[in-house]
Amino acid sequence: MNLQIATASSASENGNNALDKIGSMVRACIQCGTCTGSCPNALEMDMTPRKMWRLVNLGRLAEIMASRTFILCSDCYTCTLRCPRGLPLTDAMEALKGIAFARRERRHRSSRLFYEKFMQTVRRHGRIREMAFMTRYFTAMKSPTVPLRFAPLGIKLMGKGKVEIGLGKTVATPLDALFEKVADLERTTCAPLENEGHG
Amino acid sequence: MNYLYYPGCSLTASAREYDLATRAVMAAAGARLTEIDGWTCCGASAAAPISHLLSLSLSARNLALAEQTADDGQVLVPCSACYLNLKKAHNALRNDAAGRATINEALSAVNLTATGSVRVRHLLDVLAKDLGAQHLAPLMKRTLSGLTVAPYYGCQCLRPYPEFDDPERPVSMEPLIEATGAAVHAWEMGSRCCGASLVSTHPEAGLNRVCAILKAATGADLIVTVCPMCQMNLDAWQAKASRMAGENLAITVLYLPQLLGLAIGLSAQELGLDLNLAIERSFRERMKP
Repeated sequence: MNLQIATASSASENGNNALDKIGSMVRACIQCGTCTGSCPNALEMDMTPRKMWRLVNLGRLAEIMASRTFILCSDCYTCTLRCPRGLPLTDAMEALKGIAFARRERRHRSSRLFYEKFMQTVRRHGRIREMAFMTRYFTAMKSPTVPLRFAPLGIKLMGKGKVEIGLGKTVATPLDALFEKVADLERTTCAPLENEGHG
Repeated sequence: MNYLYYPGCSLTASAREYDLATRAVMAAAGARLTEIDGWTCCGASAAAPISHLLSLSLSARNLALAEQTADDGQVLVPCSACYLNLKKAHNALRNDAAGRATINEALSAVNLTATGSVRVRHLLDVLAKDLGAQHLAPLMKRTLSGLTVAPYYGCQCLRPYPEFDDPERPVSMEPLIEATGAAVHAWEMGSRCCGASLVSTHPEAGLNRVCAILKAATGADLIVTVCPMCQMNLDAWQAKASRMAGENLAITVLYLPQLLGLAIGLSAQELGLDLNLAIERSFRERMKP
């Protein structure tokens, strides 16, 4: 993991700038641990959310990126709701995922591919086509066991006519123009987020 | 009552029965739905980590289309993830002048503008507050007495925007369930996370969430949901969750409008019941006309 952080040093400035931004979201953290006590996924995390906010405020990017705590946030917003300082903790978790994806952290590769392939499908078709999305995800994962995990569900859904195979009835609305415009705006207004080529 | 309808992607594929039941129940209640023409994906939970602005712009695109149809309209959203994304975009358009300007600059690429003049409403909000048990009960021709229903709210229709219910101890489904003649299962898991996409990306963690909810539903005849992600997590992985728990956790899981539709007397076909992944035989027999 340390090696990975070292090789990613070209992106580290970007990561540290982005981490500063998250720091400004959680600066007022009083380390009370309400977030940890509220989190449904805390038991599976390798570091408590409370500790992670401390590391964010200390700027210790490498340790944060080596953790799977933020990747296990399932966006339930319970910590955000209960935080006595009213901090946007779920949004901060989301932003940490963004840093890990932009830095192409090895450890978070499968989550990144899941999100990226999802967005590629949206970009191309305007709507999510579950079949097209899962095919892209499986292809990108290059793992023979991942499709097997989903096969029983896929077969069940197909049996129910719940997946669109090939061309569905709806007309696709490609969103390339919107995606490109957003990328342009982000290049000029804030730190760029690296994106895999869409194609 | 008129609503601009945003079905969202899931309701065109894996959650088709939610779409069918929503349309059927709203029609039976005398509400008119106009589907937003040319709607696209809200970005789900995938857009925001990749780009916050992309997430807001994808949702704002749909709000802009809604405004073109009726600029003071009410956007009806059955999926909780879509609801939250549209709410966030709406919030940025209404309360953040700089955000509104940037979003509209992005939308200029697709020749649209959004002001946030429409209202974004979750289906549960509309069923509980606009229609309400007092309006729905007289439509119900069949009693579901003898059944116990566990109301599962999930997260994103409740949090972070406490719009129509208590964000931790929600109760808005209870009068609706009681109107059908069924009893409400008392439990603490109604607003606890189902694991969301962790069930796909980190199944060892996600399935623990599913297990805990299914276990807590023991004693109920069925669970009702108001979100395609919650529904899929609770109905598609029951065999796996049962193996993990070492006990049989199989239980019927319906979308809330399917339950209401059954009480109203709509047919299984109109409510898409044959599309559900988890309907126990005992429930099917109970529902025979």
